[in-house]
Amino acid sequence: MNVLEFTFLVCVGSMLAGLLGALTGLGGGVVLVPLLTIFFKVDLHYAIGASLVSVIATSSGAAASYVKEGFSNIRIGMFLEIATTLGALLGAFLTAKVPTSAIAIIFGSVLLYSAYVSRRTRPRSLGDDPPDPLATRLRLNGDFPTTEGIRHYNVYRVPTGFSFMFGAGALSGLLGIGSGAVKVLAMDQAMRVPFKVSTTTSNFMIGVTAAASAGIYLSRGYIDPGLSMPVMLGVLAGSLIGTRLLVKTETKQLRLVFSIVIVLLGLQMIYQGIAGKI
Amino acid sequence: MRNSSKWTDQRFEELIANLLRTGVLLSATVVFIGAITYLVRHGFSPADYRVFRSEPDELKSAQGIVRYAFQQHGRGLIQLGLLLLIATPVARVTFSVFGFAKERDWMYVGFTLIVLVVLLYSLFGSFLIA
Repeated sequence: MNVLEFTFLVCVGSMLAGLLGALTGLGGGVVLVPLLTIFFKVDLHYAIGASLVSVIATSSGAAASYVKEGFSNIRIGMFLEIATTLGALLGAFLTAKVPTSAIAIIFGSVLLYSAYVSRRTRPRSLGDDPPDPLATRLRLNGDFPTTEGIRHYNVYRVPTGFSFMFGAGALSGLLGIGSGAVKVLAMDQAMRVPFKVSTTTSNFMIGVTAAASAGIYLSRGYIDPGLSMPVMLGVLAGSLIGTRLLVKTETKQLRLVFSIVIVLLGLQMIYQGIAGKI
Repeated sequence: MRNSSKWTDQRFEELIANLLRTGVLLSATVVFIGAITYLVRHGFSPADYRVFRSEPDELKSAQGIVRYAFQQHGRGLIQLGLLLLIATPVARVTFSVFGFAKERDWMYVGFTLIVLVVLLYSLFGSFLIA
């Protein structure tokens, strides 16, 4: 296959990933690495490099839509970014030491886990518990607009959330993904941040976390321009189209299909990791 | 007091979001120009990514990339665009330092600086250690 054909095919594949990611909100980036390693037989290191680049692109590009409504909490984001960026450094460091077959297995497991997590709905009421002293000291509590007016919320279990975020960062650095699901989990479940605030804050943290490991990837030579270019441009184009289509599409079916795809890819990655093919 | 800091927070975040969008756009443009150059010159060479062979030095460091890009190599330009992309969140964090300073929130100026140091280490310092 020559460069032109390769570039075109990878671009189309990435567009699809970006499109699905934007439509389902499940993060197209997570299918990029399996797509590249399983179907295009790209070496895992190049694949995670390209994937990480696209994570920065989509996260930064989409930031505007998340900020406009006033849900994201910049202090929570910035404080927890200390954890995620340090975790990302560890992840990026590990990715050179851990054998690629092990990374493939971990990656497959993360895929299976995120498919599982996306199926669960988490209804939770905002209690009126007294505010947590650490959270208050760190000024993490906040407000967000609802149809009934401004609602206040308190944040809890800061050390737990911080550790989760470190883990999210490490996964991001190790696998070249955004770890949005883990970040939302940490904020929503552990720290009891309202869901909409968690998702929007997580979205704007993803780019910074990815940038923390990207620098290391770059100096190690994981980021190849010939490969990263079609991936980045493809995913951006795909997610732009996806967000335009979002209003007009019935996403429930799509999410189900996408979850199944993720499970299949996850299983494939684990299999190929064990078989030593990755 | 609380209301006004929330207002500046919101305005600030919008500014940051626009900064990010601009960064991505700029970077994508550079990548695209580099892509055309690269494809025109190397479109018919074989593409093989099966074995990891790392990248030539001029594509791995900031200084190398800038120099290579200005020699109008397609891959150098693409890499420059990617470098700009990685720099975009860094710019955003830098911006936040000033934002918190303006609000006189020194605790968060501190936190943001920590994040900035981590980012800069990743970009420039990692070949000093490990």
